Amino acid sequence: MDSEKLIEMYRQMLLIRRFEEKAAEMYMMGKIGGFCHLYIGQEAVAVGAIAAIRKDDYVIASYREHGHALAVGTEPRRIMAELFGKATGISRGKGGSMHIFDAERNFLGGHAIVGGHIPLATGVGFAINYEGKDQVVLCFFGDGAVNTGVFHESLNLASLWKLPVIYICENNFYGMGTAVTRAMAGPEMYLKAKAYDIPGELVDGMNVLEVWEKVGKAVERARHEKIPTFLEVRTYRFRGHSMSDPALYRTKEEVNEQRKRDPIVTFKQKLIAEGILSEEKFEEMEKEIKAIVDEAVEFAEKSPEPPEEWLYEDVYA
Amino acid sequence: MATREITYQQAIQEALRSEMRADPTVILLGEDIAGGATTVDEDAWGGPLGTTRGFIKEFGKERVRDCPISEAGFVGAAVGAATTGLRPVVELMYNDFLGTCLDQILNQAAKLRYMFGGKAKVPMVLRTTIGAGLRKASQHSQTLYSIFAHIPGLKLIAPSTPYDMKGLLISAIRDDDPVVDFEHKLIYWKKGPVPEESYTIPLGKADIKRPGKDVTIVAISRMVDFSLEAANKLTSERIDAEVVDPRTLWPLDEATILESVKKTGKVVIVDESTPNCSMARNIAAIIADKAFDYLDAPVKCVNAPPTPVPFSPSLEDFYLPNPDKIFKTVMSQFKD
Repeated sequence: MDSEKLIEMYRQMLLIRRFEEKAAEMYMMGKIGGFCHLYIGQEAVAVGAIAAIRKDDYVIASYREHGHALAVGTEPRRIMAELFGKATGISRGKGGSMHIFDAERNFLGGHAIVGGHIPLATGVGFAINYEGKDQVVLCFFGDGAVNTGVFHESLNLASLWKLPVIYICENNFYGMGTAVTRAMAGPEMYLKAKAYDIPGELVDGMNVLEVWEKVGKAVERARHEKIPTFLEVRTYRFRGHSMSDPALYRTKEEVNEQRKRDPIVTFKQKLIAEGILSEEKFEEMEKEIKAIVDEAVEFAEKSPEPPEEWLYEDVYA
Repeated sequence: MATREITYQQAIQEALRSEMRADPTVILLGEDIAGGATTVDEDAWGGPLGTTRGFIKEFGKERVRDCPISEAGFVGAAVGAATTGLRPVVELMYNDFLGTCLDQILNQAAKLRYMFGGKAKVPMVLRTTIGAGLRKASQHSQTLYSIFAHIPGLKLIAPSTPYDMKGLLISAIRDDDPVVDFEHKLIYWKKGPVPEESYTIPLGKADIKRPGKDVTIVAISRMVDFSLEAANKLTSERIDAEVVDPRTLWPLDEATILESVKKTGKVVIVDESTPNCSMARNIAAIIADKAFDYLDAPVKCVNAPPTPVPFSPSLEDFYLPNPDKIFKTVMSQFKD
């Protein structure tokens, strides 16, 4: 891979990290209400996977989707404004943190019923085949979703109908506060792909290049051979399930241990070791990203509230 | 082109066929709708009611898609396909199966446009059947449109005649919002005049099935037939009943209902669903709110009782509203 692409991946991960840190800060200040599920720790998954697709491919995700939206290129200010519930938000302030949607970039949204969007991805794959196109769909969800019925129904349909969908489980080891091992029979979940006669693979979600490479192979299979794939990407969220979760169900030691796998820190070390980027350049990038995130907050703060009549708009065509 | 007598089911077939011929993005998804159990496509049986028989031959199996018994999976797939350019018409064999796929209807189909600020659209139709009377017991006989009516973002049609069926279904397929089509299985073989050509009936427009001046009967789906029968019997009591068929349950044509009630001053609402939070009581509340001063008698509802649907033919007959119950309820409006 050329250095430019490597640097871009790093830049995107850092943007997501700093965006999420700022979102947390705004949440604590009371500027953002409701739910706010941070992507901190999982950045390599969205960035690596989305680096492996084309601009006209589809991405659909769960409610922990700020990172995916940033990775497809949605403007940070439009996302921040949505978190604030402002009129300039990407979903006109009607969706909030969990429902970022960017039609122009084929980002089909953040969905907040665990597993509920997995059948939608299947249908998008169906539409692609029906119209004779060669796009693919990346469908992101958490480990909790693998226990829902629709996950299994969808994999069955995708295999049966040969749909170009890559189902990506971001296994962060906790479904809300319950450990995967306490919730799932057969926690080696990538093996479940066998039941549906499709490729299943384990991926290190803290290694952006491994994500990129393995998703890339799945994308090739989907695009050219119409073979769906199920990937179990092992990652970790450094924060709680949502902003209101102090994560008392796991030890500090465990979190500290996982922080050693921090995908941004380790990738930076690699880029420095390989002489791809200097410490000075990293400093510059930090500054540039800080400016983007600060501007996003300023934009959100200055944006108008949605007017009352918007309440009744967009229910029907 | 001519108008001739065809069945309610043939009206469904004509609506589907004409829209599929006109628009290649219209596809059908459902259990057994194409070949089902057979291996010969031409011999496709078109589902248990045979509604899509012959479709696979004309449109091919890409467009007439047999689905596994996996309602959440394929209803959700229809939502996804609809957001990216297709117009799926999904068949949920019985509305009782709602429980298996409610999330896809309640939280996906009905919500996407709103929560994504108007940027997503879900032009799909969910065809399903309602109604008791075929001795199918508690899990295949319910009338559940009142549950759907509680969900903003959906449109609901409940046609009562072959003519309404064809025109409303064509409108539903062309509509850019998710529409649920409640087909009553006991009127599938009822005949009525239907034009050969395509035509639309606008969603949200009620129809006066029988004009009258003394009392309004608002009736939904098969209850329209029962109400017309009751209205005939009422003439022997010198009562001239007006029968109003909302046809679309949401958006509801309040204006036509209120206009009729203001004219007659009396109203009975007939609805096969169980009474609590039913369409009947919803309409009653609207009338109480907006036409109270015009009423000469209390608003009455004729619903099924608040019980599951029983199997025993004799019990099921007790369960259902019928022309006699409607007749008696109307008569109670005239006692002073």
